[in-house]
Amino acid sequence: MPPSKKFILTLEEVNKSFEGFRAISNLTFYMDEGELRVIIGPNGAGKSSMMDLITGRTKPDSGKIEFGFDTDLTKLNEAQITRLGIGRKFQTPSVYIEHTVFENIWLSLEGSRSVWTTLFSRVTKERRDRIYDVLKIVSLEGKADWKAGALSHGQKQWLEIGMLLALNPKLLLVDEPAAGMTDEETHKTGELLLSLEGKHSIVVIEHDMTFVRQIARKVTVLHQGSVLCEGTVDEVQNSEKVMEVYLGRKKKH
Amino acid sequence: MHKPTNYELWFVAVAALFLLFILPGLNAFTAPGSVLHVSDFTINLYGKYLCYGIVAISVDLLWGYTGLLSLGQCLFFALGGYMMGMYLMRMIGDLGQYHQPIPDFLVFLGWSKLPAFWQPFSSFKFATMMAILLPAVVALGFGFLAFRSRIKGVYFSILTQALTYAGCLLFFRNDMLMGGNNGFTDFKFIAGHDLRLPATQRELYICSVLLLLATYGLCKWLTNSKFGKVQCAIRDSENRVLFSGYATAHFKLFVFVLAAIIAGLAGALYVPQVGIINPSEMATDKSLEAIVWVSVGGRGTLIGPVIGAFAVNAMKSWATRAYPDLWLMFLGLTFILVTLFMPKGIVGLPAQIGALRRRFQQPKTDASEVANSKRVEEQIKPNLK
Repeated sequence: MPPSKKFILTLEEVNKSFEGFRAISNLTFYMDEGELRVIIGPNGAGKSSMMDLITGRTKPDSGKIEFGFDTDLTKLNEAQITRLGIGRKFQTPSVYIEHTVFENIWLSLEGSRSVWTTLFSRVTKERRDRIYDVLKIVSLEGKADWKAGALSHGQKQWLEIGMLLALNPKLLLVDEPAAGMTDEETHKTGELLLSLEGKHSIVVIEHDMTFVRQIARKVTVLHQGSVLCEGTVDEVQNSEKVMEVYLGRKKKH
Repeated sequence: MHKPTNYELWFVAVAALFLLFILPGLNAFTAPGSVLHVSDFTINLYGKYLCYGIVAISVDLLWGYTGLLSLGQCLFFALGGYMMGMYLMRMIGDLGQYHQPIPDFLVFLGWSKLPAFWQPFSSFKFATMMAILLPAVVALGFGFLAFRSRIKGVYFSILTQALTYAGCLLFFRNDMLMGGNNGFTDFKFIAGHDLRLPATQRELYICSVLLLLATYGLCKWLTNSKFGKVQCAIRDSENRVLFSGYATAHFKLFVFVLAAIIAGLAGALYVPQVGIINPSEMATDKSLEAIVWVSVGGRGTLIGPVIGAFAVNAMKSWATRAYPDLWLMFLGLTFILVTLFMPKGIVGLPAQIGALRRRFQQPKTDASEVANSKRVEEQIKPNLK
């Protein structure tokens, strides 16, 4: 596939080794703007490593990682990449447990992040409305004054998604959003992600195949640090290569 | 959440009234020997404690609010003190032992003229400016390198300790022309006032109260701003802050420099009140003492560190007289006991006693639930890093 300008995310021939272990090898991955893409793969396939590379947490040994129109992500750090409009949700919910739910969203709102502006920043009416809009989307408007640490696991996951939305990113990277959730919560999370499709480009990493079926349009299967195959859920599930490395293993559980 | 703030404001208002008016008033306007009289010694002692209180706030701004356990605050304190000390040395004039127009120790080292870098320190304004500037510049340089390299946690603590130890060794050297291991002492005048007069000491004491109040006010405003929220967020989950788009290094650098300036100013006020500054003020144990003040008083609050500084130093004044050999044992034991049994320090005691009482009134349910949710949190927390 030739690289074209309409891709929001481009990874080409990316390599990354950790002390001899090749976490990512010759990974090439393109994503269209507005797409909702699900990435699956067995443990150690390089899913989280790929997120780390995109968000600047680690730097690739070689290869190209670009965002939108020719923005080279390999030269930037985490904060700069986030400010470009790439939001990341971690596997384990990471929210500010000592802050209220409201403050969690407030700190995540898009806008200037310099020391100076935070010193004199106030919660304006406009910002308050925006914060409550976000809280409504993740069904936490009733818990605005709660300390985030007091939320249930699922609610923390949602709060973190809310924090991403407050950032209004062009690209959302969501790592196992349904981990540790009840079936009902999982379903709701799926609906939430689907409602965001088109407005944001979204990459979801997931293990739970019911959940994947619910949200997936196009699935990418990672294996040993590179793309094994891409397609719809059915195509992927019927692929022999995939059955061998992924579903085959899954049955043993 | 609202009630404690009110208590805090009341406490601060009463304490300010007492420290600013009653104490110096009783010192100035009652006759010595009267029951109400506050001695010059007490005023001087409290002035010292107030300076410690200011340093304690600066330590807590770093440790309690930003999660940076800096063991180098005494370096900035001493640097501020040395800058003021240089001015005070110049103000001795030719009243020293050698009756020369330059400080005695320079005469002793064979100097007959004032070294160039000493020249501007005849100005009070210049010395005060340097007491702010020098700590700020040192903190900026060190902080820039440390935070850019993402040095965190215990590594940061060790480096700050090394920094202050390096400063200590440097100032011990005679060829620094900063008084070597004797430092500066025998001060006579400050801004035209005789330091040996009780009135001058009282004014310095009042300046210390004012600086403490100003520091408190500034830090209160800072920690309540969005900046303060980012600060605490860095403490709780720096990773998340980075991935929310904040350059955490800038925020940490800002706090580090601000804390250095606060400590420097405290040092500048401390030196004319105790009448001496030498490299032992930079020794690593001084910084550790400041950590104990903060944890005893209550980390992550602004009044806690001040209360802690007063409490521990009052204990020190008593213990070094009653059991001079055992003081460090007392200090260590206090730190251990407070860490184990009073994690929120003196400030957290009312809440702790309240919780204990509730536990006795309605056993089980409540307490075990709280304990459970805490446990879950603790299990989740390490994964975030």
